[in-house]
Amino acid sequence: MSILYNSSTKVLVTGMTGREGLFHTKNMLAANTNVVAGVTPGKGGQIIEGVPVFDTVREAVAKTGANAAVIFVPPLGAADSIMECADAGVPLVVCITEGIPVNDMARAAAFLKEHPTTLIGPNCPGLATPGQGKMGIMPYHIFKEGDIGFISRSGTLTYEVVALLTAAGLGQSTCVGIGGDPIIGTTFKPCLELFEKDPHTAAVVMCGEIGGSDEEDAAAYIPTMTKPVIAFVSGRTAPPGKRMGHAGAIISGNTGTAAGKVAALQAAGVPVAETIFEIPDMVKKALNR
Amino acid sequence: MKIHEYQAKEILRRFGIPVQPGKVAATPEEAETIAREFNAPVVIKAQVYVGGRGKAGGIQFGDTPEQARDAANRVLGMDIKGLTVNKVLVTPKLQIKEEYYVGVIMDRASQAPVIMVSAAGGIDIEEVAATAPEKIIKRPMDMRWGLLPEQARQMLADAGMPSVVVAKGGAILTALAKAFLAADASLAEINPLALMEDGSVMAADAKILIDDNALTRQPEFASWSEPEEANPLEFEAKAEGLTYVKLDGNVGIIGNGAGLVMTTLDMVARSGGKPANFLDIGGGAKAEVMKKALLFVARDPQVKGILVNIFGGITRGEEVAKGIIMAQGELPPGMPIVARLSGTGEVEGRALLANAGLMWGTDMRDASQKIVAAISNL
Repeated sequence: MSILYNSSTKVLVTGMTGREGLFHTKNMLAANTNVVAGVTPGKGGQIIEGVPVFDTVREAVAKTGANAAVIFVPPLGAADSIMECADAGVPLVVCITEGIPVNDMARAAAFLKEHPTTLIGPNCPGLATPGQGKMGIMPYHIFKEGDIGFISRSGTLTYEVVALLTAAGLGQSTCVGIGGDPIIGTTFKPCLELFEKDPHTAAVVMCGEIGGSDEEDAAAYIPTMTKPVIAFVSGRTAPPGKRMGHAGAIISGNTGTAAGKVAALQAAGVPVAETIFEIPDMVKKALNR
Repeated sequence: MKIHEYQAKEILRRFGIPVQPGKVAATPEEAETIAREFNAPVVIKAQVYVGGRGKAGGIQFGDTPEQARDAANRVLGMDIKGLTVNKVLVTPKLQIKEEYYVGVIMDRASQAPVIMVSAAGGIDIEEVAATAPEKIIKRPMDMRWGLLPEQARQMLADAGMPSVVVAKGGAILTALAKAFLAADASLAEINPLALMEDGSVMAADAKILIDDNALTRQPEFASWSEPEEANPLEFEAKAEGLTYVKLDGNVGIIGNGAGLVMTTLDMVARSGGKPANFLDIGGGAKAEVMKKALLFVARDPQVKGILVNIFGGITRGEEVAKGIIMAQGELPPGMPIVARLSGTGEVEGRALLANAGLMWGTDMRDASQKIVAAISNL
């Protein structure tokens, strides 16, 4: 009952020996995530938190059978780490790092077009499948097992909405933080396609924000789905031309406004919540619960 | 990060793109001296971080050194869209025959820089894009090879440019694409790309934006940053590790995480308030950071009250509460603060706030309504 990640996923962590990497590796282990390897060049051979560390991703994959990676490498090395994972044939890469130069991400995006690797992020909280573990930094205690798929461009907003869903008795199949950067590996639409195919997901909540046109692209796809989608868009009060924290959250010219996204989603028949507090009731209504 | 025209032209010059000589003056006398050195009619161009300088009177001409001084005297100190002109670029007047547009801009939809070319140059390219998109030739850059010279020439030919521009402009556009990547730009444009009466082609004006995320590996460009030319509070916040955006209202807002802060702004607006700012303290902030953030927001004279909205994960509620209590004595007396703490350390945090007689909200909506009410009761 999940997309992208389940309890049999074998996770390697690049940048595991750094402060952030180590802290969150411990949390991932505490959530029963199957962390099989760490990768930090120069630290190969060490065992940290019971996890063997390797110098290269290729070696980690060969020795442990890792089939997913979480990246905690600092900004200037993170795009290289994404490409190293793709080169080593890792099918799923989740990049947590914030602040990667956008030209580096353009190069990584071009590289990924020639490799069968799915990238989540960068600048994202990762993903979690309640009851089975997590890849990334989401606080695991807020989740509850269930059948609601969740997709968001933001971190703490994800936690807010997930906490509301959990409090309303609406558990989650998988929660995916797709990231707040202008260039991200996976947008709303491919996540919706995965949830549509997942037999254990009944409905999907998507939290968009200003900037770009990924919500509009999702709106064009949603009418072909059999499952209901509930949406929320943040940044209704954001002024044009100002970067609202996330590098990707910026209204440029007439594109990327909250009003435009809400209109596109509503035109596709998607109920759009005015505030996050309405989301649980809207989900229940869509599912007749 | 924005840089000035003269700095953008310096980058272009390093990549072999022809630009006319020019020097920067901060006083009318300096402008006169530079004009005398050039011994030719000059243009005086305001160096400010906004577009539309020409329409605002920020570009003036001087046929003699004395006229150049007078022109600089008019432009220096001028207010253009809220920014004061502190510097002018003095450059010989060009004999331009035709004007074109070439640019490179990071495009999120193509996940790559996109090259743009138009024979309709010298004007607002966004306007051309909106009204006559067929006049713009676009092509995403292949990140494996960059822009090839043959691709550049083909684009200029497709845009209907004369053969002299296809030949000379092709080399310029190829160099511009190289400069874009090497300088870690998110935008690099030459507008206009000028065909001169003598048949030469040069960059008559240039605009480059540098990717903020790349400044750590572009120390020279980082040193070009001019805090006094941008919003001083936003710049200072960045130096303190806070992300701050100034808005127009009177409710100061502090939170952790960009999406949460943005949603808090929306919630305050829905509750009838007007957000004064966006401030993201990031993850794992300690009491000291919280205090700094509060004092920071309160420096905006428009701010009448502050809402703190924290969803604790790595950030701990009691640290946030301690920071609020620490800041209290240094904030303007009577300024209302409402905190909403959820997640890690929420119980401890709320207890600390209650002991100190501070207001707190049960959730984001409750806290928004409380701060808006508190401000309207002042």
